[in-house]
Amino acid sequence: MITHMKPSSGAHVGAKASVSHIMWQVILAIAPATAFGILCFGWPALNLFIITVSSAVFFEVFCLRLSGRVAKPVIMDGSALLTGWLLAMTLPPWAPWWIGVVGSGLAIILGKQVYGGLGQNLFNPAMLARVALLISFPIEMTTWPNVSPLFFPDSPGLFESWHITFAGLENPDATTGATTLGFIKTEFSQGHLLPEILKDYSGFLNFIGWTRGSLGETSTLLLALGGIWLIRQGIIQWHIPVSLLLTVTLLATVFHVMDAQHYVSPFLHLNSGAMMCVAFFIATDYVTSPNTPAGQLLFGAGCGLLIFVIRTWGAYPEGAGFAVLLMNASTPLIDHYIRPRIYGRDRKGKPLEIPKS
Amino acid sequence: MLSFFSKPRIRGGVHAEERKAATATQPIIHNFPLPEKLYIPLQQHVGKPAEPLIRVGDKVLKGQLLAYSQGMISAPVHAPSSGIILDVNDYPAPHPSALPIRMIVLETDGKDKWIEPPIVADPFQLTPEDISLRVGAAGIVGLGGATFPTAVKLNMGRENHIDMLIINGAECEPYLSCDDRLMQERAGQIIDGVRLMLHGMETESAVVAIEDNKPQAYLAMQTAASLYPHIKVIQIPTRYPMGWDRQLIRYVTGKEVPVGCRSSEIGVTIHNVGTAYATHKAIRYGQPLVSRVITVSGGAVARPMNVEVPIGTLISELFNFCEVNSGQTARIIMGGPMMGDSLPHTGLPTVKATSGILALTVNELKSTDEQPCIRCASCVSVCPAGLRPLDMANNIRINQLDVAVDIGLKDCISCGCCSYICPSNIPLVQYFKYASGEVAARQQAQHKSEQTKRLIDARNARMERIARQQLEEEQARIAAKKERERLKAEQEALA
Repeated sequence: MITHMKPSSGAHVGAKASVSHIMWQVILAIAPATAFGILCFGWPALNLFIITVSSAVFFEVFCLRLSGRVAKPVIMDGSALLTGWLLAMTLPPWAPWWIGVVGSGLAIILGKQVYGGLGQNLFNPAMLARVALLISFPIEMTTWPNVSPLFFPDSPGLFESWHITFAGLENPDATTGATTLGFIKTEFSQGHLLPEILKDYSGFLNFIGWTRGSLGETSTLLLALGGIWLIRQGIIQWHIPVSLLLTVTLLATVFHVMDAQHYVSPFLHLNSGAMMCVAFFIATDYVTSPNTPAGQLLFGAGCGLLIFVIRTWGAYPEGAGFAVLLMNASTPLIDHYIRPRIYGRDRKGKPLEIPKS
Repeated sequence: MLSFFSKPRIRGGVHAEERKAATATQPIIHNFPLPEKLYIPLQQHVGKPAEPLIRVGDKVLKGQLLAYSQGMISAPVHAPSSGIILDVNDYPAPHPSALPIRMIVLETDGKDKWIEPPIVADPFQLTPEDISLRVGAAGIVGLGGATFPTAVKLNMGRENHIDMLIINGAECEPYLSCDDRLMQERAGQIIDGVRLMLHGMETESAVVAIEDNKPQAYLAMQTAASLYPHIKVIQIPTRYPMGWDRQLIRYVTGKEVPVGCRSSEIGVTIHNVGTAYATHKAIRYGQPLVSRVITVSGGAVARPMNVEVPIGTLISELFNFCEVNSGQTARIIMGGPMMGDSLPHTGLPTVKATSGILALTVNELKSTDEQPCIRCASCVSVCPAGLRPLDMANNIRINQLDVAVDIGLKDCISCGCCSYICPSNIPLVQYFKYASGEVAARQQAQHKSEQTKRLIDARNARMERIARQQLEEEQARIAAKKERERLKAEQEALA
């Protein structure tokens, strides 16, 4: 009984991988950092996370219904869940509920489905949404709560957390502050120099993630571990993270050595903001990054360069989102120009010459 | 000497689950019951089909010539056993379409009686041209699957003065182990075949390349080759498609065969181990290619094995012998699971190119649940030819076949690595085969329409010319008539 006739071409056997498997591996890799973020910022962070993720899934179902497709199998591939999850990780942990909903709507509808769904989008949906939110709602998107872990007496309780999420923060000044990069930027504008600005800075606390920042982006340690695990699993390639981080490190080192008063150290660059999250989980997005190793190296280096430039001289303390979007836009160009050499042909596609011997 | 110091490169490729153990550990089975009928296709090779020279009702002996090769690139076909010719007609081909092709049907008489073979005392006294002739007359074609007539390749090697013969013992396809067993059991004969090939091509040295997942075959071959310092046996990494001739050439020699060239033009010729063995039998014993070792394996096979069968044996008989559970069989494949073709039923004969017949269960097959491409680029990294399968497939999907050709469709070797690795289960090779066929059909259609247009233009020109001629003749006639009338009037006036 031959039940499987089509297709008749090989390969008839295949590797045990599927789209949903890949998505779940990525989710697994970012789960520890997310869990740590929720632990650090308490119930309001959990509320925001659940709202963002579930509205991402909702918008995906909505779009699929609208286009007359069966939603269930598409939802099961986990891509909408992952997009919502990544977006939630980049939001300020105590942002109001509508930030999550609007963000997910932007990510899924404008970032993904209008292009034709999974695999068709030009820009990383989560970054597109984050940048759109940052420009549209600058106050909400830059209100960073102090670390206030779950179950601590000073942290908001369950009831209070609903109030924060659904009605907004009542007395922001008491419970919020600036992120390290934001703080440096404002202090610079008042004429202060780095050694003075950073006298309270703790590299270790920033490294494990015990600091103000986006919901899931604070822990350099957990994000880097998750990313390295993903590379080991073969889900992502090393090219983009390595070239991105290396470019930032190089540039930061050069400028820091030249002028330590005005340019922060490479360590601080790597250790703060969205750097690790972007390097391992955003810039490596298959859909929006080049598909050859050389192209990926270039892409990573471009992201690193732009992040450094925006952080150092731009108006926003955190440049990762913009950098990734700009490089996303150049991905088709990179893929057009950087192609693997075809066997038996030179780089331009002409047949090789027969060697004289 | 070999330049092993220049870094050998392997590009792309996958490490598929091997599943060779079921058959690689048992000796080749020789007691396959002789089928009552053999179906022998006239085309089992690249080139023109052979032309039958027997008639229905003729009695033939094993090894007797049934159909002779015609044209430069062709190969003859011989009787795989003794018996009576029942029919020369169209029967379903061992191809996914199972469309009928011309075959000779032989009813065996059970005696399996050989024709008197011409005995050669010392084949190394033969001229190299004579070796090629005998190999060609024995109907030997590339048994690795390409089925290119071996004699033509020997001639090309000799004419190009190649400096190395590579013997392909990679057998990189999963499941298959017929070459492995052949090397383990008949290493001496294979090495003899290699020496004869070297003699036929007037070439000094040979390298036998065996994937390192076949240590016993490697040992056997090395022992057999130890007497001949000019034949080197090497191990190569196990990575599909190591057996792709051009990949192997690059690995062994460091040279890359330019697109559009034959390997002999860069001084290398490559033959399969099975072909070397067939050459040995043809030259030493005058036996043409009438049988081969076939791997029968897969999850639905109760007795997986390597078995030597006469060419033309129906797959159904093979499956009976190996106790294939037809209820579990989800797909039948001729060849390996990476590049083989799926067959619609078992009433099809085995041919010279048949290295294996697989009966796979649903669990062994790749899922056909196709999902959108997520541009993960796994297909780009595994492609041994350096193509970008995802871009080619996208262009084919929107019917931009010209773009697909521009970015390398014609350089695709259908190795199946991209389909194998794709997490979205996109049948990429299917796309490429479809597109190649479609491009060829379109070119043909365009050629035809150009021809038609040329004919129409010629006809129009001809019609015009005829019309013009008629008009001129008409005018001339009218002028002549007027002239006549004028003369007549003048004469009348004079009278």
